[in-house]
Amino acid sequence: MSRSDLEGRKVICHDMCLRDGMHAKKEQITTEQMRSFAVSMEAAGVPMIQVAHGAGLGGNSLQHGFALHSNEEYWDAVAPVLNNTVMSVLLIPGLGTMNELRVAHEHGVRSVHVATHSTEADTSPQHIACGRELGMDTSGFLMMAHLNTSQGLAEEAKKMESYGAQTVYVTDSAGYMLPEDVTEYVSALRDTLDDATEIGFHGHNNLGMGIANSIAAIRAGASRIDCSVAGLGAGAGNTPLEAFVAVCDRMGIHTGCDMFKLMDMAEELVFPMMDHIVRIDRSSLTLGYAGVYSTFLLHANRLGEKYGIPARDILIELGRKKMIGGQEDMIEDTALSMLKARQGNSA
Amino acid sequence: MAKIKCVLIGSGNIGTDLLYKLKRSEVLEPVWMVGIDEDSEGLARAREMGLKTTADGVDGVLPHLASDGVQIAFDATSAYVHKENSDKMNACGVFMVDLTPAAIGPLCVPPVNLDQLADTMNVNMISCAGQATIPIVYGVSRIQGVEYAEIIASLASKSIGAGTRANLDEFTYTTSNAVCEVGGAKKGKALCVINPAEPPMIMRNTIYCLTEEEPNQERITASLMEMIEAVQHYVPGYKLVNGPVFEGNKVGVFMEVAGLGDYLPTYAGNLDIMTAAACRTAEMYAAKILNGEMQLVVEAS
Repeated sequence: MSRSDLEGRKVICHDMCLRDGMHAKKEQITTEQMRSFAVSMEAAGVPMIQVAHGAGLGGNSLQHGFALHSNEEYWDAVAPVLNNTVMSVLLIPGLGTMNELRVAHEHGVRSVHVATHSTEADTSPQHIACGRELGMDTSGFLMMAHLNTSQGLAEEAKKMESYGAQTVYVTDSAGYMLPEDVTEYVSALRDTLDDATEIGFHGHNNLGMGIANSIAAIRAGASRIDCSVAGLGAGAGNTPLEAFVAVCDRMGIHTGCDMFKLMDMAEELVFPMMDHIVRIDRSSLTLGYAGVYSTFLLHANRLGEKYGIPARDILIELGRKKMIGGQEDMIEDTALSMLKARQGNSA
Repeated sequence: MAKIKCVLIGSGNIGTDLLYKLKRSEVLEPVWMVGIDEDSEGLARAREMGLKTTADGVDGVLPHLASDGVQIAFDATSAYVHKENSDKMNACGVFMVDLTPAAIGPLCVPPVNLDQLADTMNVNMISCAGQATIPIVYGVSRIQGVEYAEIIASLASKSIGAGTRANLDEFTYTTSNAVCEVGGAKKGKALCVINPAEPPMIMRNTIYCLTEEEPNQERITASLMEMIEAVQHYVPGYKLVNGPVFEGNKVGVFMEVAGLGDYLPTYAGNLDIMTAAACRTAEMYAAKILNGEMQLVVEAS
């Protein structure tokens, strides 16, 4: 069988299981687990791993849950076992701050995703500049990309580039995009940004499109792909790293990652510690179908049970109300309003 | 009745909305608006409403303060330039109401601490989210100890101007601090989300308090209803949507703030709650100036 049109391309895989995966574990990953994950990923040649509370800097809260440990404790557990692998963090302005980014740098974090909603890039200039001043590899991360047009997203990406971002991400937080969408969005960024600016893609597998979308992104010009071993992440998980590397190997795309070591890690370390099997189930599929932020999954499941409303109904309503990342409080609010309406109807 | 003359610094969303509030005041009279862009919509509206304007920043109005009898200034620019603005105004004997998150003066949430504020030359209005949530935190903490309070503000993208966008860290620090200092929580945290949905969403605020002991549901609920009514006196669109929800020691309150639609449409309740609070605070000081309780001193130059 012949190889592909992408033969010889180089891609940087950025693993998310110690950040996005925190969502799937209700922020309860231990420092020992973090360290053993990091050892395995370093050995498998994963170039970058993100380590933090699921919501990144400043994430510890009633809104986003309190992690078992502080970010500092997690970084201190992971940093000593890394040699070639770079440790990164997520910073969402409005939640995390530049002071927290400086602390992260002191603890060995050398790369940052500065994240805003897909239309709000102009809340990030100070934070992107701060990342660059610290000498960090700095990415702009445009979440819920599907809620902007491809041209609109390219304009936001251009702003982030002007603030100093070296990479800009198309972030499919809802796992809503199809490969044709990814092609269109990444192409729009590629046409707009300087050649020196890299493009990243961060997917969720809610419609089973994680790998296909990531390949479409590479074909349209992306050179960084966020993945997660065994897909450990919010919703139906991120693009599973071991399977993505397998596909890249088959297509002749260079990732520098050892597929066999990663599949062993998925089997021996990640699956045994999952609280629920991260998969496409009716709630996570609803996220992808309705375009809802993947992190809402476990909140909607819990509150659906508490108020006796199917999680699926709550998620559909949140999609209709165009709620975005960071509005987890609106899940309970929506459930309560739905309950009132339903009780009103039956009275 | 005599009115105290005022200058508005900043011709963005907050400054322009404030202009409408001041125009309705019985004790305040806006006479100047200061901007940095001659063509800004805010300055044009101010001129239409009979104010003098300058696009030369604060320095453009300084020579006119004494001759036009200006005694109160409102700063709706940015935390980064507030101190300089405030020093210049104070030196001319002008009292400063700070609507940026700079927070160099005492923090004020009218229904909580307006009557306890000391005589000062600078008072800070915290943030829109602070104005919308601290009455609720205080409504719980005055009944029983609050170990931790967290507030989440969701704002319509169209209502958030350049100044606020460039001050998100300051917003976070100032609001978190005020949740403790004014709201009475031992620890506090503030989160802010900007949502671009169309049609724009009305400002929403969620307040969570963790009480030290099991919450007294009846007393807390009564106290919250009283606080909400107190805020409604100056922001009629301040409304409880859901809650209070009691879960263990956690009290959850889900609020909405609709504005009067003075400058931006009613979804921008965040403008109203900030400008209405600033107006109310300034009216209190204006009354003190008018009845001679408070003296404004011009620094010798």
